[in-house]
Amino acid sequence: MNRRMVLRAGATGAAVLGLSACRILDGDTSLRRAMASANGLTWRVQRALAGGRSLAREYAEADIRQGMRPNGVTDPDAADYLALKAGGWADYRLRVTGLVARPLSLSLADLRAMPVRSQITRHDCVEGWSCIARWTGTPLGLVLDLARPLVAARYAVFHCFDTIERGLAGEVKYYESHDLIDAWHPQTILAWGMNGTDLPVANGAPLRLRVERALGYKHAKYIHTIELADSLAGFGTGRGSYWADRGYDWYAGI
Amino acid sequence: MTAGQGKGGGRAGGRLVRRHTVWTRLTHWLWAVSLFFLMLSGLQVFNAHPVLHVGEESGFAYDNAVLAIGATGEGAAARGFIRILGAEFDTTGFLGVQQGTVQAIPAALTIPSYRSLAAGRVVHFFFAWLLLAVLALWLVAAAATGHLRDLVPTRADLRALPRDIADHARLRLRHGRGYGALQKLAYAGVLFVLLPLMILTGLTMSPWFNAWFPWTLDLFGGRQTARTLHFAVMLLLAGFFAVHMLMVLLAGPVNELRSILTGWYRIDPDQEGGAG
Repeated sequence: MNRRMVLRAGATGAAVLGLSACRILDGDTSLRRAMASANGLTWRVQRALAGGRSLAREYAEADIRQGMRPNGVTDPDAADYLALKAGGWADYRLRVTGLVARPLSLSLADLRAMPVRSQITRHDCVEGWSCIARWTGTPLGLVLDLARPLVAARYAVFHCFDTIERGLAGEVKYYESHDLIDAWHPQTILAWGMNGTDLPVANGAPLRLRVERALGYKHAKYIHTIELADSLAGFGTGRGSYWADRGYDWYAGI
Repeated sequence: MTAGQGKGGGRAGGRLVRRHTVWTRLTHWLWAVSLFFLMLSGLQVFNAHPVLHVGEESGFAYDNAVLAIGATGEGAAARGFIRILGAEFDTTGFLGVQQGTVQAIPAALTIPSYRSLAAGRVVHFFFAWLLLAVLALWLVAAAATGHLRDLVPTRADLRALPRDIADHARLRLRHGRGYGALQKLAYAGVLFVLLPLMILTGLTMSPWFNAWFPWTLDLFGGRQTARTLHFAVMLLLAGFFAVHMLMVLLAGPVNELRSILTGWYRIDPDQEGGAG
């Protein structure tokens, strides 16, 4: 009798848990936060095991079998973006600001005059698909070296032209951020070329990020400003990126 | 597990023996819970791109899909389908389309039940860590208590295998102190083959893991193949679960449940002598 009661209680408990899990996972509940703390564990373990310089696999030219599938915003409609596009990016400037000794304003020509890195890598979307393409651009670390980040800087925050969401609270611009280990990773580049041509608008023209050990949403497109910061609290709702603010893990290494 | 002291008497049948250690019972239920949440949150994640490919990448300009679930048409005319190796089957009402909603795996089989890749991933990775921790705990406990040996099929087990299969086919199930040949193969297959495969194929989908340990990409034949294998092994685990439930029902659910909850198991009178 006792065991039967235990079994019945267990079954009821499991059913209640299963049902209520539907809603208590919604939004910023303590259960959700507790479960999401596993993502912090993943980040620390990944950094501990392969923090520094392990390289993402690079593929051969023959592995590029299709065009690069674009995702997210594919044709930004912000007025400032459209004006720059109409001018062939001649007036485009990448700004590097925040906790740096020397704020920068770089044209595409400035960036192209710096050392170039070209790599054929696999883009892994959080949705589950992958696509291989060649990416050509300027190593982000070299650009940050020029700006001379202050000791207090811990994150690089990327501000973008594209409006990813229009709500009652107004327009939401895409933004993303990385720790400085990924920012200085040898394969982290500000790409202005793709598959042998200029970066297409659908894929982030004039400038996008490649961070080859992270999922696709970490590769911000349409970048206009890189801001060095000591905390992510002041951006969006404070979780470090547009998608992290919407419940995705900030460090998307898995 | 090591044979415990018998508890005398009891009702019809043989006596009660101490069949499962507390470690076996604790880890059993922890990964029962983990696998339940992992499977249903995994189906939520799968819904974000319900196509399985072979190779490193997903073919969009060419076809390297081995399985796809999708829908054609719109509204009330929408039809759901599953395409496996080119053969297409209408699955309207179950896969692809349910009551006019276009969604690969129905909401009843996903956690959370509403569409949320973000929440599905939170649940999935939480229980992935739990599964890993429980597997490590089990491995240490099983090595310490000698339980690992209970699972490794011996030569005698392999000789007894044809008879064991015939007995199962005739539903003549023995209740002995130890596991039968088929039981050993099933449990060892899950613990030493399927679960490690699940963990490794899962990790192979991680771009960070690929950078750290690129050889699993070659082992499985690319990230997308690893994703396909992750799905296939999930189906095998689901198959194991179905057979496991069936065997518990056929072998006597009260006795079986008692043993995995309390450790005490009633063996057949003719099994008193040795390992059954």
